[in-house]
Parts: sequence; structure tokens; C-alpha cells
Amino acid sequence: MSRGTLEKRAGLRPKQEAGPSGVVGTKRWLASAMFLPAILYIFALIGLPFLLACIYSLSDIKVGSVGYHFIGLANFRSVLESPSFRRSLGNSFIFTISSQILVLVGSTILSLALKERFRGRGFVRFLMLLPWVAPISLGAIGWKWILDSLYSVINWVLLAMHLVRPFDTPMWLGEPRLAMMSVILVHTWRLLPFSTVILLAGLTAIPKDIPEAAAVDGAGFWRTLFQITIPMMLPIVNVAILFGIIFTFTDMTVVYILTRGGPYDSTQVLPSLAFFSGILGGDLAEGAAISMFLVPLLVIVAWAMLRSAHRAEVT
Amino acid sequence: MRGPVSMRKVAASVAHWTVVVVFSVLLAFPFYWMLITMFKRTGDLYNLQNNPFIFNQKPTLDHLRLLFNDTLYLRWMWNTALVGAIVVAITLALALPAAYALARLTGRWGQRLGIGIFLTYLVPPTLLFIPLSRVVSLLGLQDSIWSLVVVYPSFTVPFSTWLLMGFFKSIPRELEDAAMVDGLTRFGAFVKLVIPVSLSGILTVVIFSFTLVTQEFVYALTFISSEAHQMLGVGVPIFLVRGDVYYWGSLMAACLIASVPTAFLYNLFLDRFISGFTVGAVK
Repeated sequence: MSRGTLEKRAGLRPKQEAGPSGVVGTKRWLASAMFLPAILYIFALIGLPFLLACIYSLSDIKVGSVGYHFIGLANFRSVLESPSFRRSLGNSFIFTISSQILVLVGSTILSLALKERFRGRGFVRFLMLLPWVAPISLGAIGWKWILDSLYSVINWVLLAMHLVRPFDTPMWLGEPRLAMMSVILVHTWRLLPFSTVILLAGLTAIPKDIPEAAAVDGAGFWRTLFQITIPMMLPIVNVAILFGIIFTFTDMTVVYILTRGGPYDSTQVLPSLAFFSGILGGDLAEGAAISMFLVPLLVIVAWAMLRSAHRAEVT
Repeated sequence: MRGPVSMRKVAASVAHWTVVVVFSVLLAFPFYWMLITMFKRTGDLYNLQNNPFIFNQKPTLDHLRLLFNDTLYLRWMWNTALVGAIVVAITLALALPAAYALARLTGRWGQRLGIGIFLTYLVPPTLLFIPLSRVVSLLGLQDSIWSLVVVYPSFTVPFSTWLLMGFFKSIPRELEDAAMVDGLTRFGAFVKLVIPVSLSGILTVVIFSFTLVTQEFVYALTFISSEAHQMLGVGVPIFLVRGDVYYWGSLMAACLIASVPTAFLYNLFLDRFISGFTVGAVK
């Protein structure tokens, strides 16, 4: 993290604005010319579509319709009354919260284990990173094969261990409860590596002498863990959780590939429901209204990130 | 005293290796399973009596042959590579000057604007794909990879700008100051001095943007309808499935072949990506 240190320091030096290259005024046009293209692009492809999404959600626009009318909050009202939507809203939270808890526990354990150098660490790191770096749609289809209704390798193992009876094996993606568990499992599997490497970055940034001093003072592994390591890790854990929440809550790929939201909407989430009604169903307005329900959580996460970035700037 | 201490050491070592092995197996298992599946004969794959962990019949290359000869897999690879290359070029053209300007030329205000750009990375495709699908069809780009070329930089530019900002800040200002005293303009110093010493940062952004393009799913699924124009990430899971028939052997081969190079590249630059994600929480 030495580069992180440098950039923070560079950002903090107050004299940078008055140095010989401090370019207040004269070179401002150059600065603008250099960053405006990026800002305009981002505005055109994120800002404007976001505004359009807001407008659509208040209208009756359909795929292929020429114009549209404003119909106020009617979309939101009808969406809120639909059982599919309520189910999806609940699922989105269930999937996000439970997978984040599992990710947090798993990545804490794994990052502590990977902290010290050992033989084969590089290879282990490559293996454990695969779920995060491989395209998620391809990882999910791999799971679809592992969880196959007939040829699931998990069922074969369960059968071999006599834990289930032949012809009565679990339908991992076919029963509501099991399907929900499977989706949570795949989300956890995918985000665990990401969270682990972020926590590792935090662990290696803890100055070595602090735990050593604690050991000299007689603190054992658990005391060091709970009184030194975990408190010092909180800011970085925060970052891992915030990104994890966003990546899970706004993802439709896992659900789309594994279950298409089924059986009976039992694994439907907000983004996949928006896709099914907005794109496949052609009701752009309703789809936009559904995806609008992602916004409050995104705002909260963005606010939390700003706060932690600000704190890093001040201290 | 020596006894208990070494006992504790052994216990710690056992715990350590148990954790490492269990997690590696759990995380890498689907990829191992892809590898096994892609070389198994069809008769071996679909026989419930067979032990799935071993080859009950001789391994075969049939699934690979089917994948490369009878599907559009290579075409999807080409599409992905092409879109990836163009998106990387657009990303660099937009993010390099922006990151430099925000790092150097605008002081504290630049830092705030930089964080603002970073936050737009948090706006997910699943919020924007509905209006963008309409925009894409108004532009006449539906079912064309150009729709992806236009839209993908919207998620590569914010993060790349953020990463490069951090990188430029770590270059000492004296470098450009000296050059400007010697008569170079600010922009000249940026092009002739800063970019050459930032090559590793630029390479990081190239890899990062390219892997993001290969990982994308939602936009490609929404904008592209015909099989021939598809990207790898959508083509494999959607179009390799005919009706309800899954060709698991070829499917798993397609997944593994597309995943491993991406993973390998990403792994090389991992530490830099992470420093971008941690937003100053690590110091």
C-alpha cells in the first residue's frame, strides 16, 4: 500500500496549490480541456440515462412506442401491489445481507490465513481469486452444472455417503428454499475472494511492531485479534462490505443464469425483475420504476463511502 | 516449557493449512469441475452409476471439437477482443488527461471531483439498461457491437480515472517543473514525461478495462440479439444452450478457456486494483 500512502500525502500537502506549478487561474482552461471530455462522457452515459430512468418510471412508455405520457406515480403504485415485486424486494435484501455475512466471516478467516508468507502462497492466491476474476456469467453456468437436477456432483457425493436416498435427491435449483440457498452460495463464492484481498491489504498495512509489542506484553492470539487487529481493520472491512453490498444488490447475472428468478419468483430480485418486465416484457416504464428501488440503497452506500474517504482525508 | 509451545505451533500450523486447503478447494472447485467435464465422453458424463470424479472411459476432445468447429465460440472471442480493444483505447483517451488534470492542475477541488467521478462507478448497469436500451435503438445501434463500444466506457472510465489519479500523484512534481523550466509546455511535459514514466499505471488500466469488458453481462444481453454479434460472456451461457439441451462438455470447456487467461492477467495487477478500491482507507 505504499502507493496509497504517497497519493494520500500528495493530496494533503497544502503547499501544492501555491507551488511553482500550482496553476490557479492561468492554466485552468488547460485543466478543463483535459478533464471535460471524461466528465461530459460520464454525464451523457450515466447522468442522462439516470434522469431518463426517473422520467420513464413516471410515464407509460413501452418498447416501440413513439411518444409517452406522464402518469405520475401510477407505475410505483401498481408495482408495489404486485406480489412478484414484493417477493423480489425481500429477496434482494435477503440475498445481499446473508451473502455479505458469510463473505465477511469467510474472508476474515481466509485473510488471516493468507497473511503470512508460506510456500505456494502465490498459487493459492491465484486459485482463490478465480471466482472473482472469471466472468460471472461463466462461473454461474459452472455452478448450474454442479447443481444440475440429475447429474449434480453434490448429490452423487450425498448418495455415496448415504445421506440421501436414490430418486429423492435434492433439486438444488428446483425448490424455492434450496434455490435461494444456491443463489446465496454463488454470490458468496464470487465475492469472497474480492473481500479477502481487500482485507489482506488492510492486514499487511498494520505496522508489525504493534502486534509484536502486544505479544511481548503477554497478549495471546485471540486477545490480539479482538483488541488490536479487528479494531484497526474496521475502516477496510467497511470498504469491503460497501462494495460487496453494491455488487450483490445490483447483480442480476447470478439469478438470471441459475434460475431465471424461479421457481415461482422465489429467487427473483429487483434487477432481474426489472429486466423481465422492462426488456423482455417491453414495459419500459414498469421496468424503470422497479429499478428505481435500487437507488435508496445506492445513495446510502455512496454516502458511507464519502464519509470514510473524508475521514481518511482529515486524519 | 518447550513441549506445550511446540504443540501450540503444530496446532497453529494444522489450523492454518486446514483453512487454506478448505477455502482453496471450495473456491476453485467449479473450475476444476469444468476441467474434468470438458474431457469426459458423453456416455461417461450422463451415467448416474459412474463415479463423477474419475474418468470411467477414456478422455476425449470431442467437446472441444464441437465448440470450435460447430459453434460461434471463436466469433464471440473475436467480438470480445475487438470491443475490448476499442473500449480500452477510448478509456485511455478520456481517463489519462482527466486523471492528470484532476491530480495536478486543480488542487483540492480536483480531489473532490475525482471522488465524484469515482462514485459514478457505483451506479450499476441494472439501473441504466432500460433507458440505454431506448437510446441505443434511437441511435440505430441495436444488435450491433458498436452499442457496447459506446456504452462500456461508462463503467471503465470512472474507475480508470480514479486509479490513474492516484498514480499521477505519486510522481514527483519536480519532474514536470524542471521540464517546464527547460521550455516544455505543461501539456508537452504531460505527453513526453509523465506518460512514459506512468506506463505501469497505464498498463494496469488497460488490463482492468479489458477484464471488465469480458465480465460484462447485462448490457450485452440487453442490446445484442443475434448470435453472431454476441460477446463471450453472454454467448456461452445463452446461445450454447439449444432449446433445453445443455452441451455440458462444450459449455464447461468454453467457460474454462475464457476464464483462465482473464484470471491470469488480473492476478498480475491485483495489488494496484485493490489500492483503487480501498479509497484511502489503508494508509
